[in-house]
Amino acid sequence: MNDSKPINQKAWWLILPVILCVAFSAVLPLMTVVNYSVPAKGWTSSAVLVVVALSLLIPWNVVGTIWQIYGRADIGLFGAALAKLGIEYSYTGSARDAWLTVLLMDVWHWTPLVALLCYAGLRAIPDAYYQAARIDGASKWAVFRFIQLPKLRGVLMIAVLLRFMDSFMIYTEPFVLTGGGPGNATTFLSQYLTQKAVGQFDLGPAAAFSLIYFLIILLLCFILYNWMQRVGTSQPTEVAS
Amino acid sequence: MNTGRFQKRTLFLIAYLLFAVLPIYWMVNMSFKTNDEIVSSFSFWPQHFTWANYKTIFTDPAWYSGYINSLIYVAINSVISIAVALPAAYAFSRYRFLGDKHVFFWLLTNRMTPPAVFLLPFFQLYTTLGLMDTHLAVALAHLVFNVPLAVWILEGFMSGVPREIDETAYIDGHTFPRFFLTIFLPLIKAGVGVAAFFCFMFSWVELLLARTLTSVNAKPIVATMTRTVSAAGMDWAVLAAAGVLTIVPGAIVIWFVRHYIARGFAMGRV
Amino acid sequence: MARIELDLAHSYQARPKADADYALLPLRMTFEDGGAYALLGPSGCGKTTLLNIVSGLLVPSQGGLTFDGRDVTRESPQQRNIAQVFQFPVIYDTMTVAQNLAFPLRNRGVAPERIKQRVGQIAEMLELSAQLDQRAAGLAADAKQKISLGRGLVRDDVSAVLFDEPLTVIDPHLKWQLRRKLKQIHHELKLTLIYVTHDQVEALTFADQVVVMTRGRAVQVGPAEALFERPAHTFVGHFIGSPGMNFLPAQAGQDLLLVVGRAMGWPDQKLPEGPLTLGVRPEYLSHAPHGDPHALCAKVVQVQDLGTHWLVTARIDDHTLKARWDPEVIVPEVGDPVWLRVVGPHTCFYKDEVLVG
Repeated sequence: MNDSKPINQKAWWLILPVILCVAFSAVLPLMTVVNYSVPAKGWTSSAVLVVVALSLLIPWNVVGTIWQIYGRADIGLFGAALAKLGIEYSYTGSARDAWLTVLLMDVWHWTPLVALLCYAGLRAIPDAYYQAARIDGASKWAVFRFIQLPKLRGVLMIAVLLRFMDSFMIYTEPFVLTGGGPGNATTFLSQYLTQKAVGQFDLGPAAAFSLIYFLIILLLCFILYNWMQRVGTSQPTEVAS
Repeated sequence: MNTGRFQKRTLFLIAYLLFAVLPIYWMVNMSFKTNDEIVSSFSFWPQHFTWANYKTIFTDPAWYSGYINSLIYVAINSVISIAVALPAAYAFSRYRFLGDKHVFFWLLTNRMTPPAVFLLPFFQLYTTLGLMDTHLAVALAHLVFNVPLAVWILEGFMSGVPREIDETAYIDGHTFPRFFLTIFLPLIKAGVGVAAFFCFMFSWVELLLARTLTSVNAKPIVATMTRTVSAAGMDWAVLAAAGVLTIVPGAIVIWFVRHYIARGFAMGRV
Repeated sequence: MARIELDLAHSYQARPKADADYALLPLRMTFEDGGAYALLGPSGCGKTTLLNIVSGLLVPSQGGLTFDGRDVTRESPQQRNIAQVFQFPVIYDTMTVAQNLAFPLRNRGVAPERIKQRVGQIAEMLELSAQLDQRAAGLAADAKQKISLGRGLVRDDVSAVLFDEPLTVIDPHLKWQLRRKLKQIHHELKLTLIYVTHDQVEALTFADQVVVMTRGRAVQVGPAEALFERPAHTFVGHFIGSPGMNFLPAQAGQDLLLVVGRAMGWPDQKLPEGPLTLGVRPEYLSHAPHGDPHALCAKVVQVQDLGTHWLVTARIDDHTLKARWDPEVIVPEVGDPVWLRVVGPHTCFYKDEVLVG
């Protein structure tokens, strides 16, 4: 009886596709290109890594706060820049703008995770592959396509799955940025659950919601785990010279 | 290395670094302005540079207590997480028991579950135990996702230590505690460092549980800042300064562990 | 097919002062066109450095090298047209065997029919024809190494093929098959082959000429026989042979030769005066009659029957001698004294580790 209620909620259909898009946007192919440009060794490498990783270390509510300020047309650089360009933009007024801002914020926040994963993956490729490619006369594009991308396949899969699941349970950043508004536009799954459980004390449906939410995550976990096991065992033990 | 490619690479890198740094810079910029200046003019650097906002945070107990509370529960949590994870990781690494793979998987699910799912049970549990609004409550609650992560990372590093070392130590007559503390731990200290870093990081940034389980006494800085948001008067300057100060511990920690970051990520454990 | 001449030294440091700063001490060497060479030595002796200089992956800090008279010191591996096979198989996982083999030719813009013909030819030579359309990633290590090798051979104008310990990851029972295949290829294609290894069996069976290296120095270049009979350096005597050469301290005076303090009969050669090291291989340490002026009396400490020969270990003062005897010879008991002929036609004398007599 209590179980059927959450499924019928209109909110579900509004929220779910939003989640998916947010998830996949965080894993841009851009990241692989970014990694390409990170210097491999030396002090520049450390410096770039630290700067890149900075946005991962910011408390998530501060991320929301930063973008709250940044996105405003009166006091924020981003908002002001858009206004200068003549673009109509208000994340408090327009649902579409709010949604896009959450997207951009999530990308800004979590891209370094993918970047660092790919960086580690790239460093793990033995030099011999690049040497052999040079000897074979391969172009830069061929090196990327035939050596780097296949070797990064495992890492990229992990990154995609991690990002997908983390986006699925996003709470803090949109909450701080828009409070779920305007209206219900950016009320995602976690916030909805919290509102029901702790705000409205609608415990029955909240508990049911929790359970279903959890089961979905469990399924995704299962897939991720099995994939990682497979990738882990298939790594050849390369003998370094 | 032809210069054409070199320039394209650096261009991408600079573009991305700009994208990454600008919002943070903007906040730092604001933290050195006064509220009047923020709402009245728009500039890339403060026209009237002021430390007043930072002073407010360091002197107003409503603000600095938030930082202290956060640091307390993050420290407690990191210590407990590592202390609990070490024996567990050792067991997973060295022993084969019925259902070991399944227990490991179950641990993983704890890491991946949205904290919102645990919110309700925790709320009721801690209320019943009278632990609401204490540092311990948040520290314990954060164990839910930090212990699995720590076990996961440590198990990886421990499996890299050959079993022969354990056996040699026993033959040499070491008791297990002595072996673990004096021989084994130094071998995996990189792993302990990585695990401790991630525990610190994830506990420091978490909002939902920290906010829900506290009200006055143990209110962390993350919650203090959100409370400011819903207030009528927007104290942007102090808010910005508070934000900058929350980034500082993370930046310091990451500088110290920068060499281990790639290793930790390389195991795909995050 | 190219004749490679080297006249170089290499140091990884900017300003090398002592010998120890050099990865490769100054050397001059020629690799003849179509010859099979092995670079043999323990880890860290500089053989991989030398190989990388020849292939073009490393530029020597001093001196240079020429291919058929052309200075290639600054040229890339592509420009030199060499092929290299690494310690572990380097293949393109996403491609089939045929695509792997065709890759270098495609990059050069060779016509598709020619590619197909060439790929078929090389695959046949390497016994990979049956697997041409299989995904390269799914094959065993030895097949993958063959693909790596094939990619090098598929270009018909390749100047030299370089091997960096290629059999490291191959199962022992497949190693000899691959070695035999390499020899076959050398015979058919008449390419210049340079093979780096720390395994003397591999080196001695594969190469016409072996370059023995230690600590950055090439101590001897020669065929297996020369390395065995007349090692130019005590290191070669010690490294080649199983077990290696026996060494005893000696002293040569005006008309006196002392070995381990005992007077011995003069050898046939002229020897410089002063302290020397006497080297004799276990194979030539034969049983001598009691009191032989060219022999020493030692005490037997161990006798091992290895099927094809006896291995007799004996001690004289603090020195251990090992001798290899035919199975028909009657061996002494442990603890018995035995006379071993140390000075003979196969004995070598060394002064400061270098062969003098």
